[in-house]
Amino acid sequence: MSDPIIKFDKVVKRFGDLTVLDALDFEVMRGEKVSIIGPSGSGKSTVLRILMTLEGIDGGLVTVGGEPLWHEPGPDGLRPASEAHLRKMRAQLGMVFQQFNLFPHMTVLRNITEAPVKVLGLSKADAKLRAEELLERVGLADQAQKYPHQLSGGQQQRVGIARALAMRPSILLFDEPTSALDPELVGEVLNVIGQLAEEHDLTMLLVTHEMRFAREISDRVCFFDQGQIREEGTPEELFSDPNEDRTREFLKAVLD
Amino acid sequence: MLFGFEWDLSSPLAFALSILPILLIGMWVTIQAAVLGFAVALVLGLVWAVLKAARSRFIAWPASVVTEFIRDTPLLVQLFFLYYVLPEYGIVLPAFMTGALALGIQYSAYTSEVYRAGLEAVAKDQHEAARALNLSAARTFTHIVVPQAVPRIVPAMGNYLVSIMKDVPVLSVVTVLEMLNVAKIVGDRTFDYLVPLSMVGGLYLIMTLVASAGVRLLDGWLPKQGIPLK
Repeated sequence: MSDPIIKFDKVVKRFGDLTVLDALDFEVMRGEKVSIIGPSGSGKSTVLRILMTLEGIDGGLVTVGGEPLWHEPGPDGLRPASEAHLRKMRAQLGMVFQQFNLFPHMTVLRNITEAPVKVLGLSKADAKLRAEELLERVGLADQAQKYPHQLSGGQQQRVGIARALAMRPSILLFDEPTSALDPELVGEVLNVIGQLAEEHDLTMLLVTHEMRFAREISDRVCFFDQGQIREEGTPEELFSDPNEDRTREFLKAVLD
Repeated sequence: MLFGFEWDLSSPLAFALSILPILLIGMWVTIQAAVLGFAVALVLGLVWAVLKAARSRFIAWPASVVTEFIRDTPLLVQLFFLYYVLPEYGIVLPAFMTGALALGIQYSAYTSEVYRAGLEAVAKDQHEAARALNLSAARTFTHIVVPQAVPRIVPAMGNYLVSIMKDVPVLSVVTVLEMLNVAKIVGDRTFDYLVPLSMVGGLYLIMTLVASAGVRLLDGWLPKQGIPLK
């Protein structure tokens, strides 16, 4: 855990007149498990969406694995990244979406094997093997031939996790992975994420409202507010003894 | 006599039977015009849809204006334009081709909307998931977007196929011998319009029913497992 695998340097993101990220500085170490909490609209999800290259940036520099994400070297210094550069950088990242975003017209198996076959060039047999291992791991070994709509939300999200893992990313981004689930289905998804958190090499960035879970699995928790990290620390520090009033207010509101 | 077939005026039934081959020849022209026009509409409509979805305003805007213009002017005006104006500039097409082209152009404005709606109905989150998995834009389009858009598009396109069939008689004004025109000629010559025109109605009913059934069959055959269709 020496070099930061993710680094935001004075990153600015605007949507029209609204400044979502306001000169954000943020670092994540290799293998670190970081939870991001905060009120909605504080820019938490935007951090993940920028990393997954779903949103561009309006200022500053993002680096992943030491390389600029949204820029690439040109003749006169850095210039905006080309699609080829983004494709290369994206290979290090995987994302689990709040609404699962599974492909509804494909079976569970196809959902997981599509990208490994078409992007990584795996043979269909190898991709299937990989998918079956992952399904086993998320507890869905017997659901490979079903379609997403035949599964519960919790099962769908576990397929979403398996699909992201099939690309072997070194960084896994979770964008409120349990927010769209019925309360009784949250546990099964958190279990799977909890198991992943025990993997040493995997860097995890988790935007969540599940405070107890964030506390259990994170090495570090960041409290986002108005496009800035208002406070960060170990789960112990942040949850038991927050320094900032704003953090205290937020925790009081969500924990009660 | 028409197309080498004599009519038998001894009884209405005999008359009907004797002119049936003549009307079937006309019907075949109607079907050809409709199918050719529909094919033009499917291809040209997709072109419009892609242009209208272009990021550049200089492409999207003219495409929108053109399709709006096509949609808001009568088929007959476009048909006359193609039939009488193009030859002045040295482009002379057979009446049948001109007619099919006019149908295709008119309906391309409608089909472009169907394409647009179908492609847009595939939610943004599907594009994002594909991007997160690093699927190429082409692969995303052909394997994520199109399979989800097609089941939404087919029923609406089917309606336009039926609709285009019913517009074919307009081509009679530029001398195309489609079914209605043929029936009218038979009526002109025999002074009996009731039988041929009734038969045109009946044959049209059969044609449109068959076309609708075909579309429903295609629609039922399409895989749409789990695709949220509104």
